[in-house]
Amino acid sequence: MKILLEIKDLWVEIEGKEILKGINLSIPVGETHVIFGKNGSGKTSLLMTIMGFPAYRVKHGKIIFKGEDITDLPPYERAKKGIGIMFQRPPTIKGVKLRDILKLCAKENNLKIEELAQSFGFEEFLDREVNKGFSGGEIKKSELLQLLIQNPDLVLLDEPESGVDVENMQLIGEMIKKLLQKDIHHKPRTKSGLIITHTGFILKYIAADLGYVIIDGEIYCKGNPIEIFEGIQKYGYEGCKKCLKRFNFLSETGG
Amino acid sequence: MSKIDPKKFKSAKKSDIPKDLSELSEEERERLKVLGLDESLKREGEFVQVDAKPLLCKKEVEGLEILPITEALEKYKWLKDYYWKALSPEKDEFTKAAAEDLDNGYFVRVLPNYKLIYPVQACLYIRTENISQKVHNIVIVEEGAELNLITSCAVHPHITSALHIGVSEYYIKKGGKLTFSMIHMWGEETIVRPRTGIIVEEGGTYISTYVNLFPVKSIQTSPVCRLLGKGARASFATIVVNHPDSYIDIGGEVYLEAPNTRTEIISRTVVYGGENIAKGKIVAKSPKVKGHLECQGLMLSHKGIMKAIPELDSYFSDVELTHEAAVGKIAKEEVEYLMARGLSEDEATSLIVKGFLTIKIEGIPPALQKQIDKTLELASLGF
Repeated sequence: MKILLEIKDLWVEIEGKEILKGINLSIPVGETHVIFGKNGSGKTSLLMTIMGFPAYRVKHGKIIFKGEDITDLPPYERAKKGIGIMFQRPPTIKGVKLRDILKLCAKENNLKIEELAQSFGFEEFLDREVNKGFSGGEIKKSELLQLLIQNPDLVLLDEPESGVDVENMQLIGEMIKKLLQKDIHHKPRTKSGLIITHTGFILKYIAADLGYVIIDGEIYCKGNPIEIFEGIQKYGYEGCKKCLKRFNFLSETGG
Repeated sequence: MSKIDPKKFKSAKKSDIPKDLSELSEEERERLKVLGLDESLKREGEFVQVDAKPLLCKKEVEGLEILPITEALEKYKWLKDYYWKALSPEKDEFTKAAAEDLDNGYFVRVLPNYKLIYPVQACLYIRTENISQKVHNIVIVEEGAELNLITSCAVHPHITSALHIGVSEYYIKKGGKLTFSMIHMWGEETIVRPRTGIIVEEGGTYISTYVNLFPVKSIQTSPVCRLLGKGARASFATIVVNHPDSYIDIGGEVYLEAPNTRTEIISRTVVYGGENIAKGKIVAKSPKVKGHLECQGLMLSHKGIMKAIPELDSYFSDVELTHEAAVGKIAKEEVEYLMARGLSEDEATSLIVKGFLTIKIEGIPPALQKQIDKTLELASLGF
């Protein structure tokens, strides 16, 4: 099984505060993994570190993507190599239209902006200032449209279900499925994903291959995402702390 | 800013001027084309002055008059009722210099109820090193008429030092509308002193857009607009890039002198260096008026200075005057957002700056917006 992303003993701090403490994980080509965790557990920090934002300082460890150490590369180099991220709260950029960004994302592929936007009923947003006055669902659609045009091999999604009403959740689920090639069944997928979820709703739409629980910057367990989610629903994250599987996980990763 | 003596510059009247525009070099024509003097663009009329001499003055439609101001003053005795009436020749040394020794300028008039569809293009071009070009322009939009006037000002691509004094008086009669746009492309040693007075009567509209994206030594201007009749309105939009060593002081004063008049003054400035002063003043001299001032500056260098000075004066309680000013640097999260989409830091910054300077102005003709976008593209190459 070919590995797309491998994270080895990753320690990260932000403004001098340690936020990730020895993360190990690997995502094979074509697989989608999900991360569960409370607010402030380090989930978003992990995604931001994978994307390479300078505020997230790697103190120790490595990020290997497509066999190459990318730990010191700036975000745009990582984007060019095939990593894409969906922001939870993207900024508004004055005077810059969604179309302007999509055109720049489309630089190296031929996906038609208009056609794709139309297929998700989002064409009227193309000429609006990006993210300005967008509702929760509209922000997600805008982010996913940018990712679909960017066409990355590894998709990082930060709580794709947050702030989205039920009606829009279906469409957003469809967009994520397309992004992760979940609509392909009879040939191997080439796209992988790492999805943060707080509520677990996204699991109704996306079949994930593996789940992780992050608590206080550490991975506490990994396993079947549905089972982990059911466990969290029943016992909360406190249950994860007491869970014996954690010891199996630690011994497995040498922690 | 040290004092400027208009007399230190050579007279524009003595320069050697080509007989017609075809004698301009390709490089010069290219520069003027960027600023709107483009045969492929539909125009209702055109006026081109090189140094002191009008080289082109033509009109394509009925209801429009275009003349060099010196000819117009001879032809129409009544024009003296408009000459130096929205502005005083005694205002400063620059108005005095223009009053004493005028080089020329344009007279544009739209007859009552004629609504011109395409723009009228005027171009004031300095071709000779170290001259002072002193122009006086008068625009009259008669009752119910509409005019869209674009004035481009530039210096020859290879000259830098010059002084441009532009006295302009605009009169918008009852229900008339003037959309006035000015695009500047000066040299690094050019000094520019526009002096503008605007009078708008009942129900009239004045929409002004000013664009200056290239290096210049010094610009100082503060158009004074009086809204004299009920329901008159004026809007000013200024888009400026302040380069290192440029001193740009642009203001705008609007006097709301009748009920239901309203105004909006918006400016966007990007500072790469030098000194920028963005002033705006709205004076309520009547009840039931409305005014808004918005001034935003983006500082891209530690070496530049930006001063935003908004002023609101009211003599009545029943008015609505507001202002909003913000000066700061580019938000890091915006740059990082675009970097995550594969843009380098420079590409991201350039897109953000372009977006910042893109203000959608109500009533601006699409052709002009295109021209501004084109100028922005060109300017961003040098960023």
